[in-house]
Amino acid sequence: MATKASTSAARLMMAPAVTLLLGWMLVPLTMTLYFSFADYRPLRGVFEPWIGFDNYARFTSSGSFWDAIWATLIMVGAILAITVTLGILLALLLDKPIFGQGVVRILVIAPFFVMPTVSALVWKNMMMDPVNGVLSHVFRFFGATPFDWLTQAPLTSIILIVSWQWLPFATLILLTAIQSLDGEQLEAAEMDGAPPLKRFWFIILPHLARAITIVILIQTIFLLGIFAEIFVTTQGSFGTRTLTYLVFQRVLESQNVGLGSAGGIIAVILANIVAIFLMRAVGKNLDA
Amino acid sequence: MRLKTTLRAATALTACALGTATFADSHATTITIATVNNGDMIRMQGYTDQFTAETGHQVEWVTLEENVLRQRVTTDITTKGGQFDIMTIGMYEAPIWGAAGWLVPLDDLSAEYDVDDILPAMRNGLSHDGTLYAAPFYGESSMVMYRTDLMEEAGLEMPDAPTWAFIREAAAAMTDKDAEQYGICLRGKAGWGEGGAFLNTMANSFGARVFDEDWDPQLDSPEWKETLEFFVGMMEESGPPGYATNGFNENLNLFQQGKCGMWIDATVAASFVTNPNDSQVADSVGFALAPDTGLGKRANWLWAWALGIPAGTQKADAAKEFIEWATSKEYIELVAENEGWANVPPGARQSLYDTPEYQEVPFAQMTLDSILAADPNNPTVEPVPYVGIQFAAIPEWAGLWTQVSQEFSAVYAGQQSIDEALERAQEIAVEEMEAAGY
Amino acid sequence: MARAASTRSRIGWTALAWGIGFLMFFPILWTVLTSFKTEAEAIAAPPSFLFFDWTLENYGIVQERSDYMRYLWNSVIIAGGSTLLGIIVAVPAAWAMAFVPGRFTKDILMWMLSTKMLPAVGVLYPIYLICIQLGVLDNRAALIIILMLINLPIIVWMLYTYFKEIPGEILEAARMDGATLKSEILYVLTPMAIPGIASTVLLNFILAWNEAFWTLNLTSVDAAPLTAFIASYSSPEGLFFAKLSAASTMAIAPILILGWFSQKQLVRGLTFGAVK
Repeated sequence: MATKASTSAARLMMAPAVTLLLGWMLVPLTMTLYFSFADYRPLRGVFEPWIGFDNYARFTSSGSFWDAIWATLIMVGAILAITVTLGILLALLLDKPIFGQGVVRILVIAPFFVMPTVSALVWKNMMMDPVNGVLSHVFRFFGATPFDWLTQAPLTSIILIVSWQWLPFATLILLTAIQSLDGEQLEAAEMDGAPPLKRFWFIILPHLARAITIVILIQTIFLLGIFAEIFVTTQGSFGTRTLTYLVFQRVLESQNVGLGSAGGIIAVILANIVAIFLMRAVGKNLDA
Repeated sequence: MRLKTTLRAATALTACALGTATFADSHATTITIATVNNGDMIRMQGYTDQFTAETGHQVEWVTLEENVLRQRVTTDITTKGGQFDIMTIGMYEAPIWGAAGWLVPLDDLSAEYDVDDILPAMRNGLSHDGTLYAAPFYGESSMVMYRTDLMEEAGLEMPDAPTWAFIREAAAAMTDKDAEQYGICLRGKAGWGEGGAFLNTMANSFGARVFDEDWDPQLDSPEWKETLEFFVGMMEESGPPGYATNGFNENLNLFQQGKCGMWIDATVAASFVTNPNDSQVADSVGFALAPDTGLGKRANWLWAWALGIPAGTQKADAAKEFIEWATSKEYIELVAENEGWANVPPGARQSLYDTPEYQEVPFAQMTLDSILAADPNNPTVEPVPYVGIQFAAIPEWAGLWTQVSQEFSAVYAGQQSIDEALERAQEIAVEEMEAAGY
Repeated sequence: MARAASTRSRIGWTALAWGIGFLMFFPILWTVLTSFKTEAEAIAAPPSFLFFDWTLENYGIVQERSDYMRYLWNSVIIAGGSTLLGIIVAVPAAWAMAFVPGRFTKDILMWMLSTKMLPAVGVLYPIYLICIQLGVLDNRAALIIILMLINLPIIVWMLYTYFKEIPGEILEAARMDGATLKSEILYVLTPMAIPGIASTVLLNFILAWNEAFWTLNLTSVDAAPLTAFIASYSSPEGLFFAKLSAASTMAIAPILILGWFSQKQLVRGLTFGAVK
């Protein structure tokens, strides 16, 4: 079907997007790469263009590096697990015949529209504040001592906040996938006397596999870059310093652009390793 | 072919749309000021119209939360971005940036401005090699603010210059956790300007120091351990829950709600806690000097929020006019006239403390005494190679001390022991200082 | 009997769904409610839910301090502009990928997504320096382009998956009937693609509206959007719960309202090829 003419037309049509993205990727990446081999500390007025791999060695040998990798993995992993699991349950629920479905759906997806800074502020001050937060009022109402979320369970708190933001996204995609499920197949299974759990496991879940991989891929891309939520709540203390946040601290707080750039390059490499696995999975699904 | 035309049209359209957006908005005599969202600065914004009426210069405000502000202005000054004509900076930045030649020297201020009226401590802290690089909008030290009613209930009397031992005892006596009454509220929040600053001043009073004369980090010394043990012990006994994330604002809130018996923090807070509009305890607040341990150094810092002009701005003259206006005696009078003497920006000028009306303000004298008690050139019991009390005026400090204070906050949150924290803090300090070439 | 059971179960599911919906929405609701309280009521314990003296004073204070409309307008321009530009660039690309797939189509798509992996903080200095060189700091056009580039991979992918669902036979049939490329695009493809484009536009608008790193770091006055507006309220001195709530409400209200009105369109197209 693809004739020569249409192929070249297609190339032309793709050209702007590809060129722009190539520029957007290459220019900052090259500069970051360049800085990463330099001793660049603007506050000291130091710029020495080549110091070899010193920055890389320092970035990876500091104790914070592995802590940061670990924190990133836990955070991203937990948020994915929560949003996908709850997303499936919520999607199943919203698929049921319920009164006022439209309104419920609006309520559920609302957090997705809230900007990350605001949602972090709201959770920190209005919900989790140990004295005035709603959660501490609730705890007190039941006679319990208010729980100080951000110090006693900092990582969990951030995971909770971010999951709240992304659960709507997962739910929406999974809901569309569930709605596209062949009703007859399910009915047949029901006739055969398959119990609900079995129906879910053998018919619904396989059908959702593709949607789940896509949710995971897209969320991972966004979650690896989580910044505002940490900046507003814990500023990277109490073991919530992710790789992105560590890079931020090196570049902006320590004003060591060289070191931070090395961290940025390492973050890109690691993110792409993760991405390759994910994309393989999705790529396979795109063919199917 | 057709496709090409379409594409070209689309590109042209976009270019047009962008073009119009680019050429919108350009004011000639407008100065842009980056500032922090503290009460006094917000009040200043309200009076901008007066400045415009007097000089004809328009003012655009970029008001940001402290951490965001630092991030923005530092990036801009180091890259010579030229986004701002005036930057609100502190005592930490001014000498470093001044030395690097990034700020316009304020050495030709007018005679009426009376630069000699600025408190010497503030002037020195904002100068490098005797040249002033930023004019203080307000200055502060830290002091004890306490509830006179609760102190009386506890049967204690606050001396003008308390010791840490007394503070701890009084805190325990005032605490009633079931009634959400906490004897003492202190900063535990990570960040070099938050809990990090507080703990550093406290350590000074315990005889600890961050570096010795050769810039070797001293965080593994027994004095540091003693400081942390005392702090954590006292906060466990008498502090509010979650103090590990409490900074200035959180504590201010708690104090204004009447939940704290004592609070050791910035002297500027005095006007907020005695303001009946915001504070439920306004009429029962007393003040005292920051505590010591008898070693000769008190736990009080010195800080100023000041206005500086980035070198390279085209509008240096207008910017200077603004700075002279905003940090003048007349501005103080203007605020006093409209909002009362208690609300003027404090701590910058001697003449303010000579004003009879201001001497009536309950916290005026204690604020001045606290500022005078702070000596940035000799901050510690043992000698140190740096200038600054709650910080060392070197470019590496902010990054270094933020990381160290994160280790401390992790102790407050119960995530690690004091020994572990100090060990890691020492490692971080050694690593950073080596990398900086000390 | 069966009907009674199904009604009963429907009521049960309804109650559960409403409960969860309420929980999800509660933080937003609480913020909006608090924004109408006085500072004293905002910290009252126990807090009152609805029965307090409703006041608009916080909105007044916030508006007096910062000119909300200017930030709002910048947000609209930047989010709208980047979305429009993104669609113009992405539609041809996605169309080509979907209908004239080549050997490398999928690789290109995946590569595009991978450009989103560079952490923004890591490239702040390079981008800042470039913007200085080009003289485009605090410039709406620059932000429009940057946000467009950030979201372009997502747009292309979303459109691609959507276009792929348009059956090729229809196109061939149209071609058999002698339709030109122009009429093919105008009369056959466009009507089928509109819902997908609509939901892509919406998603992209939301993402651009909420982007908080570049919009904060590259702007000061002229181009500062709502993300910069909220940065001046995040930890002010004194009692601030009610004022913070008012500022938060002002920052999210426009996008929330837009999202609610358009949620049907958004939901319909938000599949990323998840549905076969």
